[in-house]
Amino acid sequence: MSDRLRVKKTYKLYVGGKFPRSESGRSYPVTTPDGTELANAALASRKDVRDAVAAARKAHRPWAAATAYLRGQILYRAAEMLEGRSGQFAAELASSTGADPGEALGTVEAAIDRLVHYAGWTDKFASVAGGANPVAGPYFNHTKPEPLGVVGLLAPQDDPLLGLVETIAPAVAAGNAVVVVASESRPLPAIGFAEVLATSDLPGGVVNLLSGRVAELAPWLASHADVNGLDLTGVDDPELAAGLEREAAENLKVVRRPGSGTDSLASLRRWTEYKTVWHPAGMAAAAGGGY
Amino acid sequence: MSGAEAASLVRSLPGVDAVGLEARAASLGTRSVKKDSKARAIDLAISMIDLTTLEGADTPGKVRTLCAKAVRPDPGAPPVAAVCVYPSMVATAAEALRGTGVKVASVATGFPAGQVPLEVRLNDTEAAVKAGADEIDMVVNRGAFLSGDLERVFHEIKAVKAAAAEARLKVILETGELVTYDNVRRASFLAMHAGADFIKTSTGKVGVNATLPVTLLMMQAVRDFRAATGTQVGVKPAGGIRNTKDAIKYLVCVNEVLGDDWLSDHWFRFGASSLLNDLLMQRQKLTTGRYSGPDYVTVD
Repeated sequence: MSDRLRVKKTYKLYVGGKFPRSESGRSYPVTTPDGTELANAALASRKDVRDAVAAARKAHRPWAAATAYLRGQILYRAAEMLEGRSGQFAAELASSTGADPGEALGTVEAAIDRLVHYAGWTDKFASVAGGANPVAGPYFNHTKPEPLGVVGLLAPQDDPLLGLVETIAPAVAAGNAVVVVASESRPLPAIGFAEVLATSDLPGGVVNLLSGRVAELAPWLASHADVNGLDLTGVDDPELAAGLEREAAENLKVVRRPGSGTDSLASLRRWTEYKTVWHPAGMAAAAGGGY
Repeated sequence: MSGAEAASLVRSLPGVDAVGLEARAASLGTRSVKKDSKARAIDLAISMIDLTTLEGADTPGKVRTLCAKAVRPDPGAPPVAAVCVYPSMVATAAEALRGTGVKVASVATGFPAGQVPLEVRLNDTEAAVKAGADEIDMVVNRGAFLSGDLERVFHEIKAVKAAAAEARLKVILETGELVTYDNVRRASFLAMHAGADFIKTSTGKVGVNATLPVTLLMMQAVRDFRAATGTQVGVKPAGGIRNTKDAIKYLVCVNEVLGDDWLSDHWFRFGASSLLNDLLMQRQKLTTGRYSGPDYVTVD
């Protein structure tokens, strides 16, 4: 047996395409369900939330302006990267959730398929959710879905990989930039997933991932005036969830309550708003517009 | 004081301890200013801003918009110190700011390069003052300074000071082009001996603008100048100060190096445009307890 000292991984945050430690310098131990220590994860603070939102806001416009085809390619690329590391993810998942290895591999594969599924949606969503509207007048009238902007996602607590992908993928596929708070007790697969995203040509800042206490971070995300949507899936405490909804109402955030379904079209629509354009038909014809 | 005297005095200045200066600036930048102190620092910083627009694409409409923001940046926030524009926009700004207490500052003397004949620079200055500028931001002749012709620089500043008449004169050293700290110290003293009311770091138009060590060095020069001559001169860092954290570092330096005497908009200014929005967002955070965002401040 080799007497080589193993190099252990430092689990950090993922903000603006970089992997910083928490601004606060804090960390917390992550264990398996039976209490064996796995690693220390960064314990994010409200300032990390603030930095992540700023990074997401910066990244949002170019990401929303990228072609749907490119967004699809990048999500597909993330699926490729996840596929290449499925063994590592299965092991990580098995140790953090206590699932058996075969089951864990199945979950990783489901997560990969989910990414491919949403990659396929990017260039079809606008035709399904939008379209030309019949109006009684000399107008072309069409509706186009547009992303909300920056969405805060509190990822599911008990499903650290598939649930995470299920939460992130629709928001990102629709063109939003997101700030995700990973599962509090099982953040390691999420941080691994951040590495997958970082190597998938996803522009830095489109997905920002924090590990830490939901009760500490969620209120700052919910009250942040520069966040346009909030997913409460990972909030187990109903009282906290109600408080977060109240804060979110202050700037009319779109809120997803825990227990909402995972239908993919509904998930894409949730983080979308609609723009309807009235275009005078006569003038378009006069200007040589070819509809 | 004659030009020759000033030049020889400036040449005899001791060199700057660069390592010590940078270490001092870095240590002053680590102070933690929170809660009530932060709220006061933010309002003080807002009141010290020379809200600046110096673009080829400036229009009277844009200047008027900026003036409105200068007078009332946000509900409850104090007005800024001045609006800083090109000479051609001075009349518009003066009209918009009449009776508000916010000053009109104008860059002049062939800003930003200053590479035009002295006569043109003086006309530029006179025209700006005539159009209603309360303050003139002039650029020094870096070409003459770097080639060692300190007397010429001195005389030019004196001439501009005379042309500026009643207007307060801010002398832009353009520290990013002066290469060394020693040069910054020499240029500071030269400008002060020539009659500057303010010494200002930069135009904001070159690669390196205001930095904390350079501004600290200029503050030390201003302090030493008052001790030697009894004349108080203001300091204005400009360019590259974009957020509240940086602005507070500068205020800490003013307090530590210069003290209360300089801690007002009469003696210390920030030349900035985007800084104001960050200060306002931080102010909103302190007022409401919620993080704010760029949707809640103006697009300039």
